Amino acid sequence: MYINPSKCVACGNCTYVCPMGAIYIDPQIKRATVDRRECVECYACFNGLSQEHLNPTLVRTIRRAFQAMRLRFDPEPDVCPTAAFEPDKLEWPRVVRRAFSDPRVPHESTGVTGRGTEEVKTNDVSGRVKEGEVGFTIEFGRPGVGVWFHEVQKMTQALARANVHFEKKNPVTSLMSDVASGTLREDILDEKVLSCIVEIKTTVDRVEEIIGLVKEVEKHVDTVVSLGVGVRCDAGGEDRVVAPILERLGYTLHRAKTNVGLGRVAPAQGSAQQEPAGAAR
Amino acid sequence: MTNTLHRFGDAASFYDDYVIFAIPSQGKTDKGSVPKLKRFLEIALQFQPVNLGDARNGGALRPSRSMQPTSHWNRDHTPDFRAVIDGVDAPTTVAAVFDDRVNAENFLKAVKEADLGMCVNVSTSVDGAEQCCHFAGQPRHSVGYSLGFEGKTEKLPNTQVLTLATMCGHGMISASLAKKMIDWVKEGRRTPEQAAAYLTRFCSCGVFNPSRACRVLEDARRRMV
Repeated sequence: MYINPSKCVACGNCTYVCPMGAIYIDPQIKRATVDRRECVECYACFNGLSQEHLNPTLVRTIRRAFQAMRLRFDPEPDVCPTAAFEPDKLEWPRVVRRAFSDPRVPHESTGVTGRGTEEVKTNDVSGRVKEGEVGFTIEFGRPGVGVWFHEVQKMTQALARANVHFEKKNPVTSLMSDVASGTLREDILDEKVLSCIVEIKTTVDRVEEIIGLVKEVEKHVDTVVSLGVGVRCDAGGEDRVVAPILERLGYTLHRAKTNVGLGRVAPAQGSAQQEPAGAAR
Repeated sequence: MTNTLHRFGDAASFYDDYVIFAIPSQGKTDKGSVPKLKRFLEIALQFQPVNLGDARNGGALRPSRSMQPTSHWNRDHTPDFRAVIDGVDAPTTVAAVFDDRVNAENFLKAVKEADLGMCVNVSTSVDGAEQCCHFAGQPRHSVGYSLGFEGKTEKLPNTQVLTLATMCGHGMISASLAKKMIDWVKEGRRTPEQAAAYLTRFCSCGVFNPSRACRVLEDARRRMV
């Protein structure tokens, strides 16, 4: 992201809205400036700020006059008064930052917006996680910290050594040069993103082992980690297997996303299947 | 939908936070899904949602590309639900946010009766979602539990800021802006409703809960954490 210095009036509104804190008023040029190393190209500034199209010279003059009188206009905090933000043309590998950080951009590898994965949200038609299996979503960098891919690789390599199954339809998996060793492409390791999700699947009997492994690697990863655990319920809609394990490990299960099971594959698309995939018998 | 999964708070704090969303599955239910997704949102209108969203185009409060200077004095903070519904033009995740359990339950039941064939998820407390499913007469298919935040948690802001910022799971609401809004409400420069509206506009898929945000901001007015 680029802030056009000929338009910027240094109002400072944008310095608050950057999730990475990568925008600051440069004291030398007295204009808002983007720290390109820390910017993850999430476009929160460009997409989230409303835009006025005021004359920059006029606004600067008014601001200087107010400042001289120790007065401060109390404008709306979510506005760029001169529409000074101009997106850069992103080349590889920097474009990876936007793919993982701007939720409106679908991931090329999966076609899914947001973090680029369906997880158990579509499990009723995809059958991604079956009874007896557990899907883990290990998300790095959220909330508001961000993560470098060389940090993510510490986890993917540790998980690979544990012989887990990486979800194929996942943007991080698609960036692995060697899935068997959990190695990411060399040219993206020095790219930072707002967040990304490593997605794996194991059998129920490995839940405790995997959580222990993740917690151990977390100690050596310089960001926050949000762990999600996806399971298939039984015919009565109950999970009597994984929740007790998690509670025994000391977790209090406050929040969950629950797939209600209303999905079904349309007959015209793929097979003539009408029944939810993996439907409990 | 880790986007709504890792909202900060304990189970009791989600009493006014129900996100119900429909998502097409690539290659399975995406073809011909647009009218069904629109129908999902139309049904939601009957049950007093506090936000509607489309992952590609945004929520019911959106930033303006050509704001007038007079808007600083008379800005309209009314959610435009119709714009969300009309704007759905491609397969995408659509969401309805409720601040009341009964409305969420009734909506889910109505969605089931509409038989859209779309994958539908409820994101709230574990018990809250279970109650919704029970009311709709639908056994849960799958559950994705949040185990919370781990790792370098010392990098996280305070709990009030975290509660506000994590209501956009894509991270589009910065901790700095959330803190600024808390400060402005404390100073009396803006009402909680106005501050919540500013935050809502940054959530690019419309799952932010402005009603819960108002409650958090009102609470933060009197307490320092």
